[in-house]
Amino acid sequence: MDVNDLRALWTLLSFLVFAGIAVWAYSSWPKQRFEAAARLPLDDDQPLAHAQPARAHTMTEK
Amino acid sequence: MSAQAAAFNTSFPAGAGTTTYNYTVVRQFAIMTLVWGIVGMLVGVIIAAQLMFPDLTYGIPWLSYGRLRPLHTNAVIFAFGGSALFATSYYVVQRTCHARLFAGPLAAFTFWGWQLVIVGAAITLPLGITTSKEYAELEWPLDVLITLVWVSYAVVFFGTIAKRKTSHIYVANWFFGGFILTVALLHLVNSAAIPATPWKSYSAYAGAQDAMVQWWYGHNAVGFFLTAGFLGMMYYFVPKQADRPVYSYRLSVVHFWALIFTYMWAGPHHLHYTALPDWAQSLGMAFSLILLAPSWGGMINGIMTLSGAWHKLRTDPILKFLIVSLSFYGMSTFEGPMMSIKTVNSLSHYTDWTIGHVHAGALGWVAMITIGSLYFMIPRLFGRSEMYSTKLVTTHFWVATIGVVLYIAAMWIAGVMQGLMWRAVNPDDGTLTYTFVESVKSTYPFYAIRLLGGVMFLGGMLIMAYNTYKTVASGKAVDAPVLQPAPAHA
Repeated sequence: MDVNDLRALWTLLSFLVFAGIAVWAYSSWPKQRFEAAARLPLDDDQPLAHAQPARAHTMTEK
Repeated sequence: MSAQAAAFNTSFPAGAGTTTYNYTVVRQFAIMTLVWGIVGMLVGVIIAAQLMFPDLTYGIPWLSYGRLRPLHTNAVIFAFGGSALFATSYYVVQRTCHARLFAGPLAAFTFWGWQLVIVGAAITLPLGITTSKEYAELEWPLDVLITLVWVSYAVVFFGTIAKRKTSHIYVANWFFGGFILTVALLHLVNSAAIPATPWKSYSAYAGAQDAMVQWWYGHNAVGFFLTAGFLGMMYYFVPKQADRPVYSYRLSVVHFWALIFTYMWAGPHHLHYTALPDWAQSLGMAFSLILLAPSWGGMINGIMTLSGAWHKLRTDPILKFLIVSLSFYGMSTFEGPMMSIKTVNSLSHYTDWTIGHVHAGALGWVAMITIGSLYFMIPRLFGRSEMYSTKLVTTHFWVATIGVVLYIAAMWIAGVMQGLMWRAVNPDDGTLTYTFVESVKSTYPFYAIRLLGGVMFLGGMLIMAYNTYKTVASGKAVDAPVLQPAPAHA
């Protein structure tokens, strides 16, 4: 096994990691967190947290 | 800690002693973005005129095309684009992390240090002091200063991320962070050199390897300096101005990682049909083609953010800037992969088509998303709800858009024409049909149209400068208070 095998392996691993990220992103697992995250720029000038009624579609736990 | 507690306990509007966002450095960079934009584009207009009138500067060596051209590229990329990236990343990271900028004095150093680099570039490049590496022309003392500023930038940015009060790191910050890390890597590797005198050094690489390192740097400067960072702007300012969350957050995550995993490989397409090994050229071409997918994914994500609110485009010139910049991004990221195909490249390489492509990206995408973001930020940094004149923003939009279209259309036609003329051979004896100077002569009218387009784009920047002056003069510097994030984000 020479250095080129390692390079090929590294490329393959990188691809698998990327494929994993894509599958994870489109799974239902991070869906709620993403929905809350997407509102971060829109909520950045809300005066105070307690002035905000909890929104049904955002995550409520910490 | 006490600062954070204060922000937790103080009600809005901010009372005395409340932590505020560090807008000082944002204001400084925002104003300098405008100043350097005008300077850099003015130099661009001068060199465009020199191509039409070669004796324009009376043979003065400091003003010759060969010295002013790197001054133009450095000024627009690093002075204008760089200042814009500092300004917006500092603004966005503070607001989306609900935390004041980490290490204030270091942030101030990034501002003054970066301005010093720019002044150094403006002095050394006309003097002919250059490493002759495209987009990395600055000699080693300035490279050292860039490194110091950049490391400080990383400390300030990631320090702010570390002290965030939100659980999630918003996607715009991922793009800004990726841009900061990658540019550090690119700069360190490509600028590795052996100094010979205080203003002369020799590259650590030689031959084809030097070329490959240079274009690995060069293309990733496009991919990370001019793309990832500005996508960070897109992911904050488009949702903000449209008042809607980004179209698909999961797409933005895949978009980020797809860019990270593919951009690094595309550089060899700058070296088609050179001494670079053939396999490396083909690899560069293949990855350039793959890049179309994440690029368009990101563009669609940005534009579709307006889904259901398209009517806002009709009346809001800031949104016009942002969305049209994305259209130019889509256009140039389609054109780029196409030009990386070897057979297409054999026609386009070394012609003005390349210049047209670059400016579709630089003026259409980078400058226009910057302008839109500045129009959003400037009133907020100076305690106003909007710019002095929305009408002038609209005027700026149309002048700039028509300017870009004239510029790139002229360069497309000129480039394809040049490529066809250079390759034309007489069927009888295989000699060249045209001399080189005939292609130069035929390009003349297109140089005129390009100059007009450039003058229009510069004119738009002057309108913006006036509008900004009036906005700043009638407002006052305001630092927004750091607010506790909503429970959903804490």
